[in-house]
Amino acid sequence: MLGLNSRDFKLFVIVCIMALAAPIILNPFPTGSALGQSFNAGYPALLQRFVIFGILAIGFNILFGLTGYLSFGHAAFLGIGSYSAVWMFKLLSYNVLPAILLSVIMAGIFSVVIGYISLRRSGIYFSILTLAFAQMSYQLAYSVLTPLTNGETGLQVYNGDPQVLMSAGDPTIPHLFGITMNGQSQLDIAGWSFTFQNGYYLAAIFLIASFYLSIRIFRSPMGLMLRAIKSNQTRMSYVGLNTKPYMLAAFVISGMYAGLAGGLLAAMDPLTGAERMFWTASGEIVVMSILGGVGTLIGPVLGAGLIKYLENIVSKINDNVLHGWFSFMPDWMDNLFVTIIHPFIGKGWHLTLGLLFMAVVIFLPGGLVQGGQKIMGKFSRNKTSDAKDGADTPAE
Amino acid sequence: MSKSNFTRRGVMKTGAVTSAGLMLPTYLRAENHTGFTNAPQGDTVKFGFNVPQTGPYAEEGLDELRAQELAVEHLNGIGDGGMLNTFSSKVLDGTGVLGKKVEFVTGDTQTKSDVARASAQSMIQKDGCIMITGGSSSGVAIAVQGLCQEAGVIFMAGLTHSNDTTGKDRKRNGFRHFFNAYMSAAALTPVLEKVYGTDRRAYHLTADYTWGWSQQESMAASTEAMGWETVQNVLTPVGAGDFSSYIAPVLNSGADILVLNHYGGDMVNSLTQAIQFGLKDKQVNGKNFEIVVPLYSELMAAGAGTNIQGVYGSMNWNWQLQDEGTAAFTKSFGEKYGFPPSGAAHSCYVQTLLYADAVTRAGSFNPCAVVEALEDFDFDGMGNGPTSYRGADHQCFKDVLVMKGAEAPTSVYDTLEIVEVTPRAQVEYDPEHPMFAGGTLGDCNPGA
Amino acid sequence: MDAFILQILNGLDKGSAYALIALGLTLIFGTLGVVNFAHGALFMIGAFVAVTVQKLFQFSYIEIDETKKDFLGNPLKVEMPYLDHWFGTSVGEWMQDWSVPLSILAVIPFMFALGYILERGLIKHFYKRPHADQILVTFGLAIVIGELVKAFYGANPIQTPPPSAFLGTIDVGVMLGFDPNAIAYPTWRMVYFAFSVVIIASVFAFLRFTTFGMVVRAGMADRETVGLLGIDIDKRFTFMFGLAAAVAGMAGVMYAPILSPHYNIGMDFLVLSFVVVVVGGMGSLPGAVLAGFMLGILQSFASMNEVKAVFPGIDQIIIYLVAIIILLTRPRGLMGRKGVMEE
Repeated sequence: MLGLNSRDFKLFVIVCIMALAAPIILNPFPTGSALGQSFNAGYPALLQRFVIFGILAIGFNILFGLTGYLSFGHAAFLGIGSYSAVWMFKLLSYNVLPAILLSVIMAGIFSVVIGYISLRRSGIYFSILTLAFAQMSYQLAYSVLTPLTNGETGLQVYNGDPQVLMSAGDPTIPHLFGITMNGQSQLDIAGWSFTFQNGYYLAAIFLIASFYLSIRIFRSPMGLMLRAIKSNQTRMSYVGLNTKPYMLAAFVISGMYAGLAGGLLAAMDPLTGAERMFWTASGEIVVMSILGGVGTLIGPVLGAGLIKYLENIVSKINDNVLHGWFSFMPDWMDNLFVTIIHPFIGKGWHLTLGLLFMAVVIFLPGGLVQGGQKIMGKFSRNKTSDAKDGADTPAE
Repeated sequence: MSKSNFTRRGVMKTGAVTSAGLMLPTYLRAENHTGFTNAPQGDTVKFGFNVPQTGPYAEEGLDELRAQELAVEHLNGIGDGGMLNTFSSKVLDGTGVLGKKVEFVTGDTQTKSDVARASAQSMIQKDGCIMITGGSSSGVAIAVQGLCQEAGVIFMAGLTHSNDTTGKDRKRNGFRHFFNAYMSAAALTPVLEKVYGTDRRAYHLTADYTWGWSQQESMAASTEAMGWETVQNVLTPVGAGDFSSYIAPVLNSGADILVLNHYGGDMVNSLTQAIQFGLKDKQVNGKNFEIVVPLYSELMAAGAGTNIQGVYGSMNWNWQLQDEGTAAFTKSFGEKYGFPPSGAAHSCYVQTLLYADAVTRAGSFNPCAVVEALEDFDFDGMGNGPTSYRGADHQCFKDVLVMKGAEAPTSVYDTLEIVEVTPRAQVEYDPEHPMFAGGTLGDCNPGA
Repeated sequence: MDAFILQILNGLDKGSAYALIALGLTLIFGTLGVVNFAHGALFMIGAFVAVTVQKLFQFSYIEIDETKKDFLGNPLKVEMPYLDHWFGTSVGEWMQDWSVPLSILAVIPFMFALGYILERGLIKHFYKRPHADQILVTFGLAIVIGELVKAFYGANPIQTPPPSAFLGTIDVGVMLGFDPNAIAYPTWRMVYFAFSVVIIASVFAFLRFTTFGMVVRAGMADRETVGLLGIDIDKRFTFMFGLAAAVAGMAGVMYAPILSPHYNIGMDFLVLSFVVVVVGGMGSLPGAVLAGFMLGILQSFASMNEVKAVFPGIDQIIIYLVAIIILLTRPRGLMGRKGVMEE
């Protein structure tokens, strides 16, 4: 269906359901409960980040997963996308459509240039070239290019901006032809409360489209070609194939995905800062893919989700919250548990992150996807083989 | 919940079906019965403490958090009440705010605008916070202030020193207790004139971002007005680490003063390295070479160790002040944590109390009522003497401290000593002063 | 001219820091074929060994001084270092003063052991794994190490001054015939530079002139053949990991007085040192050293006011710009070997 084979179609449907029902699925605990207050992730700001960084990771995977070329500067395209989008808000109007369009185009242009140059080298030399471009973008955006980027403060829309297409009644926040991004409706059932936000659903639709496109690319002749390049580039050149156009196409597509993600970030929250392009941001994208499972369709999205979840949920747990959880225990036990958990939460959430990276890579060499398969295998032994090729072979 | 249900497709499908089932007895309700975002329900009210807990300013953030927790205790009637006893407004009585017990959530800004906004959004959307406070950098403060304006909650900025926070980027829903670059320069200059004279040539090293520029601009303007000459202003990359290439040319430039418009780790490194280059031992133009650090903080002073001895700078507040408000706060903070509070901690503590006080005086949590209660509010007993929140730009005005690195500190806590308390009149400026012009507060936004 | 010489000194100083870290990094690349994202963390640990030794030397008992008051108005607690008590004030103070150089004695065995344990306990399981996995596991390790250090020492930079004998400046200008004070350079930076040269020379000499080093070099060139000759190359490579860690640690100790250590200092150096290694060329030790000094000097020149006046902001991007130009003109960096980390 939809030009997908049945296994891919199943995966696609699951992703659709996941994306559309996320505001419900990610609020498993009653809103007022202690667990709900700590672990529910179904609020718009975080949901948006899940899908937007999911898009980013899907795009990165088209480059890294298929070709094995590790770009260490992908955050630059994210930043360029965001800056373009905010500039469209400043110059035209708060309509997100031109903003997202321009962010994809600008990221595309930059990735053609950077890709053309960087792809002249391979392996770690390629990685360092992309890193160098991204770091230069970051440094300049933070300081010298401040008139263009508003430096440390971050680019944002001011009342004095032209906004030539803005008419009197238009919303003064990002909107899609009048549908405001932060407009939302709320659903209360018993103890639960679910928020459905317009902006989230716009991003989710983009995620679904991106995911679909990525499946098609993976299964296309071009995808095959890219994988062939990955397994042995020299051989490809010997048989007379010019691999460069394919590589560049993959690079540009993946750059445009990042631009789209950047544009969406700005559409959800019209402010963008240079730190979006810092090397740690690029590193985060790499880590997301590896964590989820390089070269698998769904892995990078899971990796992105997990990292954003930790960043937003674990960092907010503090000792008071812990005492809330363990309040049913006797005091000494409560204190004992709090003391044990204390180093890993709040200001220590980085420690959890680091340990998680190590644990995943040591125990699940194929990333989270492999972990999922292992569990699946335990659930139904005769389906093991099916599950195994349900995901593509991990990279390298 | 854990993310594993993503990979466990079977489980996930069941989950989806279950939630579809749950949806049956539904009703969709439009938001907004109360007229403003996150109107407190039940008998509690929630504050959001959004501070850096990782990254270069983590220590500062954690100190802010300590002060905020202390403020919550005092509001809820736990402990000795601290500054509530000395505060000139007496409406707060230790029974929470408007009879509601104060609760709080914490978040990590990582000193990144994006992350800080994400964290603040989660506080507003998920935790239902009615007020956000904290932070340790101007970029973050401006970003979060903008967010709070859009969302319709009050933002009480933490440590933010850039002129823009209450200048170009001022917002109706945001207030700043901390002083700013202009006030630092205005307070420092008369003292510098007194100790170093009017015939000096200054060399500026400036962190290459918005705060650095605004600090440098302010310092250059006020020292030049007093007679100094600015020899050169060199922009240095943020987080450069090694400043040797920028410090080396200073000695032969004809300057006899080095102004370090740096903060945090940059300041620790640039000052340490400037001392290692022997600048303070040298004589230029027949005068002793001197170094000035316009913005001091206790934590930076601790990082720079003995290098700060004899170096002048400014501060918003210091625990060594002698007024009874300061004494009360220092006592309750010191007894709880074992060391004196930092200036950043003081700002966050005071702002939490001031917010609660404004709510009580207004009789409502509605941000617009709170804004009205805070604008042009005059008070005393919170350190720094008589203080007021100016309505025109939401900047707080109070006395500013000029500090000097102590020559013989008795402990690690008094490495800075107060040289002069510059009266408030001397640091006041017009809200439309060129360094602050270009912004509008806009209307107050109650949100929903 | 004097400004120029000053910047060359600055460049050599910066360069020696880059070169020392890059040297260790490239040793690990070259011998084990592992992308070690934790190498910056090893440098950071070195710096914190200096901090720890300094704290240990200042380890104190409390004496109450009734004449002074602390901030709460109680009698002041004065910290009296045990060292002064045990060895007398003069020896105690001397040891505290010299804590940074003395840390070298501690850092070599400590870092060597740490490197050895890391290699045996963790890294060895990743030889056959994709580079992506190596990056993730060592990156995770770097975060964990950083957080542990933060848990003990906080996030603020900690002042670790050099011995007072090395405070102040040496007037290099006078020696070269310039006016006094024209080129006054901090003594400790000169010491640091000299120290780096010695370490770099020793590593090279070790690889060049000892049988052990010869085998290691052979192994770097062709690991399988050396293995087939019946030599236990793995054991030697483990030793090299320890050596690389020790070099990074020593660099950290000696750099601590220049850059006050904080828990994230390793990450700051990590990216730069990768650029240095790659510009030097993968698998080439001389390349790494050469690139380190070259980038250090270029960065210093780019920081000169005269240069910045023409190209604003050039000092912030010069390293990356040079890296791009070199990689485009020389496909494998300055002295890289074919086939190393190119796939």
